[in-house]
Amino acid sequence: MDDKLDVSSGMRDALPTVFGYIGIGLAFGIVAKAAGLNVLLVALVSIITYAGSAQFILVSMLASGNAMLGIVLAVFLVNSRMILMSMTVAPFLKQESMLKNILVGSLLTDESFALSMSKVNYTNKILNFSWLNTANIVSYCTWVLSSILGALLGGFITNPDKLGLNFALVAMFIGLLYLQMIGDKELPFKLQLIVVLIVLGLVYLGLIFIPSNLLIIAVTIVGCSLGMVIKHAFF
Amino acid sequence: MPSFNFIVTTIIASGVVTFLSRVLPFILLKKFKLSNKVVEFLSFVPIVIMSALWFENLFHQRLGQLPLIDYNNLLATFPTIVSAILTRSLLVVVIVGVISLAIVQIIF
Repeated sequence: MDDKLDVSSGMRDALPTVFGYIGIGLAFGIVAKAAGLNVLLVALVSIITYAGSAQFILVSMLASGNAMLGIVLAVFLVNSRMILMSMTVAPFLKQESMLKNILVGSLLTDESFALSMSKVNYTNKILNFSWLNTANIVSYCTWVLSSILGALLGGFITNPDKLGLNFALVAMFIGLLYLQMIGDKELPFKLQLIVVLIVLGLVYLGLIFIPSNLLIIAVTIVGCSLGMVIKHAFF
Repeated sequence: MPSFNFIVTTIIASGVVTFLSRVLPFILLKKFKLSNKVVEFLSFVPIVIMSALWFENLFHQRLGQLPLIDYNNLLATFPTIVSAILTRSLLVVVIVGVISLAIVQIIF
């Protein structure tokens, strides 16, 4: 990653995320097909809802005959972390037009959010539309195509987990987290390390009683608050 | 499976709530400025969300009981961290991660 913010660096920076999208996208297509959606519906979920893990929840709740309101609420709760991510990225794009802000926002994902937070450590806290939009579109196309491919392959591959691809996203978050920790000049490294360990504890404890749909948003709110408290008390 | 129309309507409604979660902050923050407290809170969001998404994959949930450790993912985590520290290249980290998990799954 470097300080360039043009289309070609957007593509280059987004490349590592592509592997993760292919793995999970294929898995989504296979799972959704197996649950009873046809290829067209699988494509529509990825094109319209475009929500990663929430898509798996959407499909399984459809298959088990839930009411529409319950499904939509679950999708909203799982994706409520997007509100915090968008709030974090939006100030960097204030100089761009409203239309460009809406476009970037509508395709923002965990991965493009994490990438852009890593990127600003190289660009002296600057982001622009062309870089982030390129990364978003690469992600979107990869996700839609691989979920369609998964649905088409549905009958042939029964166990996509075997390929190790589902670890691609986890590995990417590990890499991005490390880059974030060494690159962020505002929070001391030791403070960040403490916060990460606290998050480990929160996730472990949270898994005991917080439904997985709500876990990430709950841990994020508590983790960020504790981070602030510790920063003021000790740093 | 419910009817085609029900499914399509659900997909669109889910798409709308997801779109709003993503886009409203961009629209509002174009007009308003966040208070310093909120900015400080948000400065923790990247590391907290990234580590939460990572750690979530190291466990299997059993509501009401302690979570089980996913040993395959845990083992694959170590070479992945080392590759991050050594190379600082996301592409290398992702490839090392995928190969590590594949090897772990072959061995165990």
